Amino acid sequence: MELGLDAICTASEDVVAREIEGELIIVPLAAGIGDAEDDLYTMNETGKAIWGRLDGKRTLRDVSAELAAEFNAPPGEIEKDVLGLAAELARRKMLVVL
Amino acid sequence: MLTYTKKLKFHEYPFLRGKPSLLGRLDIELTERCNNDCIHCCNNLPEDAPARHREMDTAFLREIVTQAADLGCLSVRFTGGEPLLRDDFAGLYLFTRRLGMQVIVFTNGRLITPELAALFAKYPPGNPVEISVYGMRPESYDAASGRKGAFHEFRRGTGLLQKHGVRFVLKSSVLPPNRADMAEFEEWLQELDVENRRPRYAMNFDLRSRRDDPGKNERIEKLRLSPEETVRVLARSPRYVEEMREFCGKFIGPPGEKLFSCGAGHGACVDAYGRAQMCLPLRDPDTVVDLHKATLKSALEDTFPKLRETRATHPEYLARCARCFLKGLCEQCPAKSWMEHGTLDTPVEYLCDVAHAQARYLGLIKGGEKAWEVGNWRERRTLMMETKGK
Repeated sequence: MELGLDAICTASEDVVAREIEGELIIVPLAAGIGDAEDDLYTMNETGKAIWGRLDGKRTLRDVSAELAAEFNAPPGEIEKDVLGLAAELARRKMLVVL
Repeated sequence: MLTYTKKLKFHEYPFLRGKPSLLGRLDIELTERCNNDCIHCCNNLPEDAPARHREMDTAFLREIVTQAADLGCLSVRFTGGEPLLRDDFAGLYLFTRRLGMQVIVFTNGRLITPELAALFAKYPPGNPVEISVYGMRPESYDAASGRKGAFHEFRRGTGLLQKHGVRFVLKSSVLPPNRADMAEFEEWLQELDVENRRPRYAMNFDLRSRRDDPGKNERIEKLRLSPEETVRVLARSPRYVEEMREFCGKFIGPPGEKLFSCGAGHGACVDAYGRAQMCLPLRDPDTVVDLHKATLKSALEDTFPKLRETRATHPEYLARCARCFLKGLCEQCPAKSWMEHGTLDTPVEYLCDVAHAQARYLGLIKGGEKAWEVGNWRERRTLMMETKGK
């Protein structure tokens, strides 16, 4: 599925996000999420910053704009990161597109 | 292609981080009660035992599991007794999974219902369910488990897991009623779509971990395989010698006076009544922490590290075990000593004999030699490694 910047996303109820000593890990809870039941997923710093804003209210454009302002980064690059992560997580059913 | 996330197995996570969490895995004995009355069991109370009223309640268990998650714990093992005897098992299971932890379930499988199998299928534990097998036919299983009709319930339970596609592993105990079933058990493992088809057997049974039943201890001792029989069963695996060579190359050597050379106390186990133990069978009251009065964190940071520094004082231990290079091959440990003798550092003769029988089979010692008297153990270990593959 192609995601656009107007999409609104939120974490699936079938995953659990945990923070262990500052690191964000995503644990699949239900069958069919992720690739195998004994997998977990860690997120890089960019992913962590984006994940925290995927709250089911902001569009991906809003998220990108906030991050671009916060990190003083070119909006185009941030948009690419946000769309990239959202697509990656949606493909693994860890993210729900509303 | 992954760019923002990294996928890994649960057990790989501590290595990725470079340091383990304070608590990697928590073992919880949900109850000591069991619907079986196995002839060799070190740890069972009757299903309707009054101890039920002293067991941790649901709220307390949830609090313990939450503490574990806060400490970075990734796995919780529910064991017993028979953990499925608890009415709140399904809720506890889901609660633990929703905290982002894997669950390992140790069960005899008799109480697996269609609903529970469906729950495991919808929200997989993250680890195969581990099922104990006490025989391959009604007569043998029921005799070993002490319960008529148990075999059929066990087969129904495993059937339900299969039907729902839930991963499980099987392990057995070699007992007089089921010794003739070993080949059939191994054939069944090959037929089943189970996680691990390699047969695993318990045969050097522990005595009662509560030290509560001398009569049962006498019966358990009679059920233990002799050291030579133990080696014969182990050597049924075509890879036994090769694997033991590799193992011995890494792990044998005299342990010295420090008693805890194992992993005890690096993690935690909680008994059915809310006491944190360094390992499941080590119930010496001087080594446990009451979690009604202290936290898991304090047990792991304060109590257990101090206990891990304990040094042996028993003269026999110092003369033998502390100097014995078969440590690693031998199961002697504070918990085994506690169960056998009520101390942490008394040599357990049976385990010593089993280790020596294995060492003779592997060519590490000769007949009649005592391993603690062997000075050139490093050379022997090297010789054994050099014969690898020959």
